[in-house]
Amino acid sequence: MDIPYTVQPRPDTGVYNAKVGMWLFLASEVMLFGGLFSAYILLRVSAPPDTWPQGWLSVPLGTLNTLILALSAITTLMAWAACKARMFDRYKVYQGVTLLLALVFLSIKAYEYRDKLTHYTVTLKDGRIADGHLVSRDDTTVVLDGQFVESRAHLMNPKRHPAKHEEIRISMDEVKRLQNYGPAYNTFTALYFTMSGLHALHILGGMLVFAYLWGPGSRMWKTDPARFTNRVEIAGLFWHFVDLVWIFLFPVLYLT
Amino acid sequence: MSDLKPEAFADYARRCWLVFGAVACTTFLMVGASYAPIGNRTVVIGLVLAAAVVNAGLVGAFLMHLLSERKTIYTVLAFTAVFFVGLMGLSIWAQFDHPKF
Repeated sequence: MDIPYTVQPRPDTGVYNAKVGMWLFLASEVMLFGGLFSAYILLRVSAPPDTWPQGWLSVPLGTLNTLILALSAITTLMAWAACKARMFDRYKVYQGVTLLLALVFLSIKAYEYRDKLTHYTVTLKDGRIADGHLVSRDDTTVVLDGQFVESRAHLMNPKRHPAKHEEIRISMDEVKRLQNYGPAYNTFTALYFTMSGLHALHILGGMLVFAYLWGPGSRMWKTDPARFTNRVEIAGLFWHFVDLVWIFLFPVLYLT
Repeated sequence: MSDLKPEAFADYARRCWLVFGAVACTTFLMVGASYAPIGNRTVVIGLVLAAAVVNAGLVGAFLMHLLSERKTIYTVLAFTAVFFVGLMGLSIWAQFDHPKF
């Protein structure tokens, strides 16, 4: 049995079925991310002064990732246009470049996550607070490349309280609490990891689809090029949506 | 879009690169606005988000072809917009809905 309207537009909607399906899916995605953005706004606005972090994320890396994702949106569109122009070789090149750019995006994200997960705040039993990147840790000692701070409020805006980083050796007997900048650190990191992690999962999903269309799925080009072109188009629509989400995630998490 | 002639592909590619240039410019504008020496933080956030909206508009209009879509797609988007505005509106309403004693 043939699936109807995979190539020809359906008379009542004017578009082929998969395109309507993708737009309906994207509508549900808008609500999914909308809920997270609204949670962010509520928590951000109601945070007491000096409790919301400023400048914790690398703006140059975030900007670079924004440009990489924008470039991948262009190459995915060019891949679709190449199919429309019956230039299958060009399609392969542009889709391959899209995949590589997505991989670079995820690699930068992984580097940023690693930076946060190896950044520790150590609260000592005498009340002092040490903060910095973990150098080493064993049963007796923890070594940080960081600084002692007067209070946790000083950690919220490192640019306002610049300090020289040095190697700090702390005996585990003195440690009251040892916590990395993971999702459980504070409300900001919880939101950062949830929102950017969900976005990264979307990138991964898009990559799987693109890899299929670039590899085994591209066999359809020989038997039904119009249908294959439509598959590339709707995968591209999803990718543009993922780019759109990042366009708002970047300023919200990195710049404001 | 109907099938492209190979010579029209080059024109289309040029348009795509122009859009990328515009998206890159608005991205830098967004970052620049966040460093602007404006005392009022709300104004800075407003400027940054305005640049983000322009950026998103470029992606939606040109890359997602929303400038020339079918009525069905606009209908889906209109419903999405209503629900999204409702979601954000309820959040903001809840934020300012403090009891007055």
